[in-house]
Amino acid sequence: MTSALISIFIVAVFIENFVLNKILGLCPFIGVSNKLDSAVGMGTAVTFVMLMAGVTTWAIQAFILVPFKLEYLQTISFILVIAALVQFVEMVVKKTAPALYQALGVFLPLITTNCAVLGVALLNIKKGYGLVESAVNSFGGGIGFFFALILMAGIRERLDVSEIPTTMKGPPIAFITAGLLAIAFMGFSGLV
Amino acid sequence: MFTQIITAVLALGGLGFIFGAILSYASKKFEVYVDPKIQQTLELLPGANCGGCGFPGCAAMAEAIVKKGIPVATCPVISLINRQKIEELLGLGDKTDTTKKPVFKAALVKCNGLDTEEYQKFSYMGVKDCQAAVLLQNGPWLCPHRCMGLGSCERSCPFDAIKIGPHHLPIVDEEKCVACGKCVLACPKQLIELVDKEQKVHVKCNSTEKGADTRKVCKVGCIGCGLCQKVCAYDAITIENNLARIDYRKCVQCGACVAKCPQHTIIMENKPEFKGRVAKINTEACIGCTICFKVCKFEAVKGGTPREKHEIIADKCVGCGLCATKCPKKCIEMIEE
Repeated sequence: MTSALISIFIVAVFIENFVLNKILGLCPFIGVSNKLDSAVGMGTAVTFVMLMAGVTTWAIQAFILVPFKLEYLQTISFILVIAALVQFVEMVVKKTAPALYQALGVFLPLITTNCAVLGVALLNIKKGYGLVESAVNSFGGGIGFFFALILMAGIRERLDVSEIPTTMKGPPIAFITAGLLAIAFMGFSGLV
Repeated sequence: MFTQIITAVLALGGLGFIFGAILSYASKKFEVYVDPKIQQTLELLPGANCGGCGFPGCAAMAEAIVKKGIPVATCPVISLINRQKIEELLGLGDKTDTTKKPVFKAALVKCNGLDTEEYQKFSYMGVKDCQAAVLLQNGPWLCPHRCMGLGSCERSCPFDAIKIGPHHLPIVDEEKCVACGKCVLACPKQLIELVDKEQKVHVKCNSTEKGADTRKVCKVGCIGCGLCQKVCAYDAITIENNLARIDYRKCVQCGACVAKCPQHTIIMENKPEFKGRVAKINTEACIGCTICFKVCKFEAVKGGTPREKHEIIADKCVGCGLCATKCPKKCIEMIEE
């Protein structure tokens, strides 16, 4: 059981990395990877929301959609759940932990309808995971996103001070870098 | 078929209703009271987040204005209209002293060095950043105080007011400059100072090296000769560490030092051809009151006996304008040479 969970985690982080393998959540990946500290903030927020969303959407699927044979409402109901969840978490954090809100607050609304978060929820169902497996897979997906974002931010901070042809400055070179990173991540396939 | 539609509508509607109820309950339960005045103040602030006030951004500044009552004028950028609006909003309009004339400052770059090869130690090919260039043998220029010219100040400016112009020297657009002080911090050579926009006479050098050493590495550097100090009728210039310094509280911008400076280090802003001024007495109006004779510190006025018409000795006149301001008949004119 434990080894199966570990393998799910490793697969989610490295082999099926949400950004670099599934090409989901590119918007924050390109947008928030300019500076390392904001990348850390975004990565943490995404990991947190993914874990929460993975668990709740599994519950919605298992207790509402399946018994009433409403699986075709998956996408819309998941988006509803995730958006409401993020809003709720934002309120709670703002009240109870202002320091954490200062660090995460700006990023939370951005993730509300992030496709990586929706993606992890849908994939959990598609792969037929149970509650614990869903949680591990979601958490792994979040960590993988965090990992990719940090790597990208580190590279982009260095790109800032290197000489780049004028036409390639900004997003173009960022996309090329992302592509090369994705190729490098393909080396993990076959690990598990 | 029909039941399917009903269950779908009920399930989704129910979910939406439940979440809506939870959220509306949570928004009351977890509400954090934010003074609406903070938001209104924030909207009236410039929103450039330049940090010129000393707070991290306009939001922090707005909070400090509302909660701690710091004066709105701490913001160097805010327009008069918006300032009044904020003061009206918070009901502290009468507290601010309106009689005092506000000083509008702008950045001044204290270097006018040349950039031909003879003034370079080596040609720098590294990262385009002044701090980085300074790390490498104190920069590529012979003069240890010369502006790096790589534009760290330009990149730090949130108002687009400072630009690297010709000769690897920054040019400040005083219209745009709001004196937030970002460039002052960005310059590794401490060449930038915030000076009243109305002041036009500046020492364009920051070299504290000995005169001979400065002369070796720069044509327009201050050598600390002290001629400007002697020629200043207002005691506004002092020489410290081989560097002339203008006390802007005393300077009246007569330009005597500009004309005298042998190195052309002291300049009159916007007037590169300025050669100094000289006093001219309108002999018809002069009544020979001897005031100008007494007030002149350079013995440049002929006369002394009452009723005798005065005359200016052009060689001795430095153009300080003391006599012109003191003349009761206003018959002395300052003419640019």
